[in-house]
Amino acid sequence: RVGGDGKPEKFQPPPKPVIIDRQKQRTERRFLSPEFIPPRGRTDPLKYYMERKDMIQRRKVFNIPEFYVGSVLAVTTADPYANNKANRFVGICIQRGGRGLGATFVLRNVIEDQGVEICYELYSPRIQAIEVLKLEKRLDDNLMYLRDALPEYSTFDVDMKPVSRLDHEEVPVNKLQVRMKPKPWSKRWERPKFNIKGIKFELPESKMKEAQKWSQPWLEFDMLREYDTSKIEEKIWKEVNEELKK
Amino acid sequence: RGLLRRSISHSFLSFASVTGACQAIQKLTRVRVVDNSALGNTSYHRPPKCIHVYNKTGVGKVGDTILLAIKGEKKKALIVGHKMPGPTMTPRFDSNNVVLIEDNGNPIGTRIKTPIPYILRQKEGKFSKVLAIARNFV
Repeated sequence: RVGGDGKPEKFQPPPKPVIIDRQKQRTERRFLSPEFIPPRGRTDPLKYYMERKDMIQRRKVFNIPEFYVGSVLAVTTADPYANNKANRFVGICIQRGGRGLGATFVLRNVIEDQGVEICYELYSPRIQAIEVLKLEKRLDDNLMYLRDALPEYSTFDVDMKPVSRLDHEEVPVNKLQVRMKPKPWSKRWERPKFNIKGIKFELPESKMKEAQKWSQPWLEFDMLREYDTSKIEEKIWKEVNEELKK
Repeated sequence: RGLLRRSISHSFLSFASVTGACQAIQKLTRVRVVDNSALGNTSYHRPPKCIHVYNKTGVGKVGDTILLAIKGEKKKALIVGHKMPGPTMTPRFDSNNVVLIEDNGNPIGTRIKTPIPYILRQKEGKFSKVLAIARNFV
């Protein structure tokens, strides 16, 4: 290049790209599976400690991914009666129950206009693979109301491709409000005891007011029902991470 | 078709409570016929009901035969899915499904579109023909 002087200009190197490492900037995202947290009760913590050791052993051999209620999973189980001895089921997780080795999760899907739900045990040796096709959370912890919702909200394609997402992003919360079939429902989901945020209630105002009659506003202030798990979670998180690294 | 309970309110018993479809299949449960037989698919003013369960206990689970009252006739049927949650890893259906069968175990219909649990393959000998006409397995 020839500048204004007629002499070649001094070589200017291009500006260095500034790499902002967002991974280190954001706080480390920690996910402890809910079945590690022991329930409130009088059982000996030794039982839960022994179960945790077995759970960590299983996790070393078999990868149980992070998932929440509302994510779409594909589970392959070993089945002596299926062709190829393996049975694949795709569905949305509607409930995660149980603590310790007996932890379960229920997947729901609608196949050929027939709603099917299967309850799987997370630590069962029959499970060969758990794949998360879509990782997301919903407004509620329990999506049992999908049984009384229109079937379109529970249908998921069996050959769905996994939805790609970046590792360090926050888990998206799907604020979907589901439309229901006409009443009667299996449970009265409008009652405050279920505290459901994910339904678009199209009921008249009088019915919604009547449902509030069963509200128990004193429950949130009941000190005997308090169960603060933050300290227990910290301890278990450290324990689980140390064991997994070995 | 799944809204049988709504149709009952039109009768004079509209004030009476209609029980939700009961969990496992026993006498007087209304069932849903899932094959493509003429008897199962033509409409009638009364839904098909179970009148006997061929079992020591009167409760029918997947793989049990029952006696059905359809269109004023008695017909045997095989239970292929119920609303009651069973052992873990087995599917639970949203309706009580049933396949019409002859006395010797031959199905009356020619195709079953709704998914059938793999557990039925255990009874290969007796119900092999029913499994042969099934399309989807769960």
